[in-house]
Amino acid sequence: MGNILVVAEHFKGKLRKASLNAIGAAQQVKARAGGEVVALVLGKGTAAVTQEVASRGVAKVLEADADALASPLAETYAQVIAQAVQASGATYVVAAATNFGKDILPRVAGKLGAGLASDIVGLAGEGANVLFKRPMWAGNAIATVEVATPVKVVTIRPTDFPEAVPSGSAPVEKLAVDPTSPKTKFLQFQEVKSERPELTEASVVVAGGRGTKGDFKPIEALADLLGAAIGASRAVVDAGWQPNDMQVGQTGKVVAPKLYIAAGISGAIQHLAGMKGSKTIVAINKDPEAPIFQVADYGLVADLFKALPELTEEIRKVKG
Amino acid sequence: MKILVTVKRVEDYESKIKVKADGSWIETAGVNYKSNPFDDIAVEEALRLKAAHGGEVVVVSAGGPAATTELRQMLATGADRAVLVKHEGFLDSDTAARLLVKVVEKEKPDLVLMGKQAVDLDDNQAGQLVAEYLGWGQVTFASKLESLESDAEKKGVPGVQLSPDKKAAQVWREVDGGLEQLEVQLPAVITCDLRLVKQLRYAKLPDIMKAKKKPIEELAAASLGVDLTPKVKVVRVEPPPARQAGIKVPDVPTLVDKLKNEAKVL
Ligand SMILES: Cc1cc2nc3c(=O)[nH]c(=O)nc-3n(C[C@H](O)[C@H](O)[C@H](O)COP(=O)(O)OP(=O)(O)OC[C@H]3O[C@@H](n4cnc5c(N)ncnc54)[C@H](O)[C@@H]3O)c2cc1C
Ligand SMILES: Nc1ncnc2c1ncn2[C@@H]1O[C@H](COP(=O)(O)O)[C@@H](O)[C@H]1O
Repeated sequence: MGNILVVAEHFKGKLRKASLNAIGAAQQVKARAGGEVVALVLGKGTAAVTQEVASRGVAKVLEADADALASPLAETYAQVIAQAVQASGATYVVAAATNFGKDILPRVAGKLGAGLASDIVGLAGEGANVLFKRPMWAGNAIATVEVATPVKVVTIRPTDFPEAVPSGSAPVEKLAVDPTSPKTKFLQFQEVKSERPELTEASVVVAGGRGTKGDFKPIEALADLLGAAIGASRAVVDAGWQPNDMQVGQTGKVVAPKLYIAAGISGAIQHLAGMKGSKTIVAINKDPEAPIFQVADYGLVADLFKALPELTEEIRKVKG
Repeated sequence: MKILVTVKRVEDYESKIKVKADGSWIETAGVNYKSNPFDDIAVEEALRLKAAHGGEVVVVSAGGPAATTELRQMLATGADRAVLVKHEGFLDSDTAARLLVKVVEKEKPDLVLMGKQAVDLDDNQAGQLVAEYLGWGQVTFASKLESLESDAEKKGVPGVQLSPDKKAAQVWREVDGGLEQLEVQLPAVITCDLRLVKQLRYAKLPDIMKAKKKPIEELAAASLGVDLTPKVKVVRVEPPPARQAGIKVPDVPTLVDKLKNEAKVL
């Protein structure tokens, strides 16, 4: 019986929340297939992240802390993850389907001769025969797939798996690594700095589309009041009105907040693919036929430049 | 500069996609097919690189004979040659990657440009797999630092920057929390994101005529020494869970009342 290796991802010295969902997914696999959940923390200066991971209901943490891992280059990271798969006797490899996971995990699968089911939203099949559910065609279909190789690699959609809760304190084992030098070199990072919550982690998202004509002020005012993250359609990001990191959809971020407010967004299938898992959806659009109304719990046919300031005012009143 | 670009024929994203009643696959009757939109971007980027540095652009597809339509279209927009790896039926991304690797080994390009994801299976892995199998460096989700409204974009300047000796490329890529710039030694695999290119060029009629005479080399998948058994098998497909239809509210105060007292999200 094999173990389950989960790759923990971190950013600026902190564990990414999506990795808690990855551990949650690994625990679901364990409940079905048996084995132990082993976490891998890799990078440079990983001590704090390792501590956090060790307290989340895993059996063991492998820690690879090395200069060679200072930036997450797919070539080196894939080597170390493959090494950890051997070291942990894992038959399942799990990571979050973030840009990090999407970049690296296919190379891990390639090294191990394993199949990769990407962006899975759930488990299927019976007992130890674990199959995976994943959206295809922009979410127009949900496929059940079988990974027909001895080692099975998956990336998980964070919004569809529970976060691992604090539990226990797992032993930490150092993993000595010496990856071959990569053919890629990190040059620089342009961070999108924001005081707002991270889009994929926020409980409220206020999103704007082309209907804003680039004026996000009414969106920002409402987001400020609600402590919300700001999202955008591709049209907005392509026009350069908002940074790429804000795009919600098939090829952007997938979000599932408790409240998603879409203003001036038509509701193309590629956009819906990134937000239709939200608990409550509000759509504000001046076109009563806009497809966004088909997924909205509450639709308001209105000009967003009138409706959003009014909404902000009314909510301010009820919040007191 | 010899650039190889991969092109997959996929269901048009504007077609209505419906799951078959027996759950075996999607309904294909009445569905249009097109080149994967991310591959259109990869081809455009390749043509810009060729315009800037000279060389050759070779487009490659793995699939049934119908994929010659997309390859011809790429020849009409400016690609020099095309290769079709003929295979009927389902190809998982891993098998496609291993077939594409065989063509790369034969063609020995300086650069392989691919889409970041094919919008049928939405797999997002073939590019990374090709790089891994070749032992090459990769830059996934290639993008641009400047806006798509910039002058450089209007002039069709490529986003991928080559070093003066053409032995390396500098590329911006989309990562969680922003953009990062990597330098990769060539040959390498670069997968293209949406914001690498805004304006695609379109084929002019004389070019479409000329493209009909350009060669499309055909290779039988079974002749390439690749195990064609998929590693990831689709067992069944089902429609996505439907969302309960909502209501239209007449005005903002009603909306706020519903959000507070019915949805309880305020
Ligand atoms: C391969 C591929 C991947 C894609 N990935 C994504 C993705 O990840 N995310 C994504 O969002 N899109 C994606 N798209 C693009 C998608 O198909 C749509 O083009 C896009 O979502 C449209 O953005 P929009 O709704 O803001 O703009 P539009 O479709 O132009 O809609 C604007 C809406 O605003 C309304 N409006 C205008 N003025 C006002 C006003 N004053 N008040 C209220 N309403 C107003 C209009 O009625 C209209 O409904 C992708 C497309 C492709 C081909
Ligand atoms: N059968 C195929 N033929 C040509 N290119 C392909 C094929 N499958 C995948 N690709 C390429 O790989 C990219 C990523 O695809 P995927 O990993 O399958 O989502 C696509 O954008 C294509 O460029």
